[in-house]
Amino acid sequence: MTAPAEQTEKNSALKRTPLHALHLELGGKMVEFAGYEMPVNYRLGVLKEHLHTRAEAGLFDVSHMGQAFVVGPDHDTTAGALETLTPGALKGLKLGAMRYSLLLNDSGGIIDDLMVARSVSSDDDGQLLLVVNAARKEVDYRDLSDRLAAGVELYTADERALLALQGPRAAAALARHCPMAEALTFMTATSTDFDGLDCHVSRSGYTGEDGFEISISAENAEEVARALLAEPEVEAIGLGARDSLRLEAGLCLYGHDLDEKTSPIEANLAWAVGKRRRGEGNFSGAERILSELEKGPERLRVGITPEGRAPAREGTEIQNEAGETIGLITSGGYGPTVGGPIAMGYVARDYSATGTPIRLLVRGVARPALVADMPFVPHRYRRANAA
Amino acid sequence: MADIKFTEAHEYILVDGDIGTIGITDYAQEQLGDIVFVELPEVGRAVKKGDEAAVVESVKAAAEVYAPVAGEVLETNKELEKNPALVNEDAEGKAWFLRIKLADADELSQLMDRQAYDSFLETLS
Repeated sequence: MTAPAEQTEKNSALKRTPLHALHLELGGKMVEFAGYEMPVNYRLGVLKEHLHTRAEAGLFDVSHMGQAFVVGPDHDTTAGALETLTPGALKGLKLGAMRYSLLLNDSGGIIDDLMVARSVSSDDDGQLLLVVNAARKEVDYRDLSDRLAAGVELYTADERALLALQGPRAAAALARHCPMAEALTFMTATSTDFDGLDCHVSRSGYTGEDGFEISISAENAEEVARALLAEPEVEAIGLGARDSLRLEAGLCLYGHDLDEKTSPIEANLAWAVGKRRRGEGNFSGAERILSELEKGPERLRVGITPEGRAPAREGTEIQNEAGETIGLITSGGYGPTVGGPIAMGYVARDYSATGTPIRLLVRGVARPALVADMPFVPHRYRRANAA
Repeated sequence: MADIKFTEAHEYILVDGDIGTIGITDYAQEQLGDIVFVELPEVGRAVKKGDEAAVVESVKAAAEVYAPVAGEVLETNKELEKNPALVNEDAEGKAWFLRIKLADADELSQLMDRQAYDSFLETLS
């Protein structure tokens, strides 16, 4: 896409989503994120946007994220190919089911975290839809193209936009345009329509709330976004609140809480390593991961609640009570729903038990904190087995 | 007669005799967004011009408040510790951060007056 001539130099190199004009119209404060010009907040501001999402419903433009298909002759072949690169039990995905998984390098480090969805229709079975992080798209696509088995191909879907509608009123708002959405349960997806426009809807998200992600063609993105924003429950929410919501939900942000050196076990994501896969041990980095499962990792991602009011940001050194360095905060800030500072980070395993007293070195002062359970705000997903 | 001066880092200092009241400007609070935490200095601390005198944090980020001029901290606005959002409501009024006894009134001449600061803000947009 060619930027208009009047664009400033700073912005001319940045990519835009199909909703760029709408963001400006809504008063979005635009910032650079993963090479895109994105709204960090709108007129409400981060705090109110966060609280609105927890109370009602928030609409997020997440079109910067990567959508791609991995396609093979049948589900077993496609899932099997992806299973060599991820620890998830993908062969066992049912039609229309999705799973959080991790793309691993040969030393068990995390190349990216991603969603994998099996097509709802048996007609196009053998294809898996991936949603990957914006900042990792190129790396992921190159890696998948290189390492997927012959006969299984990667197709990127750059022409698609992605919207997230999150919050306790999301289902009611979406159902007025997309009745099929209400029948979905957490981590399932379907192909349907939104006011007659083809879309792919999953019941998933990145806030800890019930909610949906709606994949649509770029040309229909603005129409869908405007229709949702016209619903009384829905406000536009920027990346600032997206970050504070996911932190309260205890969810990882790639490049901060996860990277190529960190294993799923260190990241406290052992639940994403399938039971069958542990037995098989036939995925990238299995040697390290199985060993860490058995012996315990050297360090572990934990939740942290600072005592007092001072937030401890990413990069803050963590010490034990003797003043020795035991880890680092990877995400930290203020939790609007918690009403105080929260953080997550990595600590040496001996200090990873909930309630362990630690110190955070904020502006040169060691301040008391506790290792805490996550999520900081309970998840409110609409699970299949819930009433 | 009180006189107000500004820095390029968006602090203000309201000067009355040899006492200066320091805070962040309305433009600064607008840029930071919702303020959730303020850390104030110890009373009695001596600050030099440009020293970090306080910290102000929004949901997303932390920012330092620098002393516009040198002086000794006489008083801090404890109300901000209880209600940091006051900075968003009345940055250049009730939400002052600290009062100092000026060490060198001549330093004030290096700061901007209201008109110069307003012109400076126009260069930033």
